[in-house]
Amino acid sequence: MSGFARDVALLAIGVVVLGAVPLLSPPDYAMHVLITMVLTALAGTGWAMMGRFGLVSFGHGAFLGAAAYTMALLWNEAGLTPWLGIPAGILVAVAIGMLLAYPAFRLRVVGHYFALVTLAAGEIVRILIVALRDHTGGSLGMTPVQAPPGQQFLAMQFDKTGFWWVALIAWAIGLLAWRLLDRSMSSKALAAISEDEDAAASIGIRVTREKMKVTVISVALAALAGALTAQYRQYLNPESLAGLGISLQIVFGAIAGGMYAAFGPTIGAIITIGLDEALRIGFGTDFTGGAPLVYGLLLVLFMLFMPRGIAGLFERRARPATAKPAAERATA
Amino acid sequence: MNLLDPFFLEALVNGILLGGVFALPALGLNLVFGVVDVVWLCYAELVMVGMYAVWFLHTQAGWPLPLAFVACLPIVAALGMLLHLLVVRPLLTSPPINQVLATGGVLFVLQGAATLVFSTEFRSLGVDMPPMEVGEVFVSGTKLAAFCAALLGAAVLWAFLKFTYVGTAIRAIARDREVMPLMGVDPRRIYLIASAVGGALAGLAACLLVVQLDVHPFVGLSFGPITFMICVMGGLGNMLGGFLAAFLMGLIISVGGFWGTTEFSYVVAFAFFILVMFIRPKGLFAR
Repeated sequence: MSGFARDVALLAIGVVVLGAVPLLSPPDYAMHVLITMVLTALAGTGWAMMGRFGLVSFGHGAFLGAAAYTMALLWNEAGLTPWLGIPAGILVAVAIGMLLAYPAFRLRVVGHYFALVTLAAGEIVRILIVALRDHTGGSLGMTPVQAPPGQQFLAMQFDKTGFWWVALIAWAIGLLAWRLLDRSMSSKALAAISEDEDAAASIGIRVTREKMKVTVISVALAALAGALTAQYRQYLNPESLAGLGISLQIVFGAIAGGMYAAFGPTIGAIITIGLDEALRIGFGTDFTGGAPLVYGLLLVLFMLFMPRGIAGLFERRARPATAKPAAERATA
Repeated sequence: MNLLDPFFLEALVNGILLGGVFALPALGLNLVFGVVDVVWLCYAELVMVGMYAVWFLHTQAGWPLPLAFVACLPIVAALGMLLHLLVVRPLLTSPPINQVLATGGVLFVLQGAATLVFSTEFRSLGVDMPPMEVGEVFVSGTKLAAFCAALLGAAVLWAFLKFTYVGTAIRAIARDREVMPLMGVDPRRIYLIASAVGGALAGLAACLLVVQLDVHPFVGLSFGPITFMICVMGGLGNMLGGFLAAFLMGLIISVGGFWGTTEFSYVVAFAFFILVMFIRPKGLFAR
């Protein structure tokens, strides 16, 4: 069995085993934490698709928000089922991403400048959501219309068990996309690009096209995570689905877990959500602000002492030079 | 349309005043980036700490306002030095993205700490100056005072960089960081001084903002992103460019708000920024 077939089989087994968790009838709260972890992991996996090739986006929150609000507005105002609304939302997010990324890549907006352009884009989406308050409810947020009895499936309004399965499948799609990209020539091309764009172009790599490809995948996964998160919570809010705060949280999770390994962002999501919940249970409301404090401290410590994240600890010491993440060596 | 419409003139004046407020943090960020070559993602949060310092000293400790303003500068300057020593200096040889993310971590730390200490409540200084009337245009006294202070701060910074030995060394190291150590300038000392000056500018910005905005732990998010865009638009590290871009951005926001809603004006400003990035990726005033 080839390495790829083995990985896919392992992933399928993993999804089936995890999918059986509700059979143990865990408390609702545990299921809630698990679902949140898996959806956060998906968003982080999407972000790291670009991040590991040196395309650091501070605006991925925009894609979560664009997809989530498209889906919810289509449901509330046109009665379109989220089963179609989510693909529509992903298309909108991908369109925004391409509109932004194409000129950015074409005109070689890189490094700090790329990060700040994406940051501006994320803010635009957040402010637009707030400004369209007649439809989106502005800063107060919005709730999808509850489905009439018997139509929960059509409205994608499941109980926790149902959502756990949906979330698991989405997460598996994300990991599969990661693995497929790793197998393709594109990942080699992108590694070369992130080291030296001119050199990569000179040996015939289509720089813009390769970057666009990975951007589309990255945006689509983040958008899927955003739409599912909104659908799971049955509540949408511009602060938690767009803007700088959520964008940085996605980045933090992916970095803490390790953005160069497929499971890194998942590890990061387990840590961030676990930490969040542990602090909430341990300290209650007396310790509001404690979670970001600990996050931030960890992020600094990770950068100082463990820039490859937790997954970096499990990497084999001696690896061929090509496997070394390019972003670590790129200087600009 | 009538360009002499008093409301339009008022929007223009307010835009210039707003630009003055953006100009200071933009100068500070550019100074640090130009010299140390690191983006302080938490710059707006340093301003937030300064705003809390003024608020606490004035309303809680009962200090007179001018004294609280004067104390605010060294406090934030010390914070800037601390940031440099603890976070930036150990990462000087790391890839830029790691540096940015580490200062992003500091952003969370400062927000979290502010929430822990001061709670999420909005704190107001409760000071206001009467508006002045010039012709048919009303100008807010607080905004005008803040604008004057910002210009004064920029002038002092310019004089410091131009006429002192340390200032000359700072400008030299921003030009060429390989050669300057050979000329006997200790870059570690210069980096530390630049960080302190960058912090002091954040402190000054805090003094100007605290009279116009209520302080809360997330206040940095309301002007942080726009400050970064101003710096990038002027060309990261280009202090004059950032200074001019601040006024441009202030005008866009204010005039945009005259024609539409405030949110609309921010959308226009951010879209303008993205457009500039595509037309002049190295900044409007890149040489």
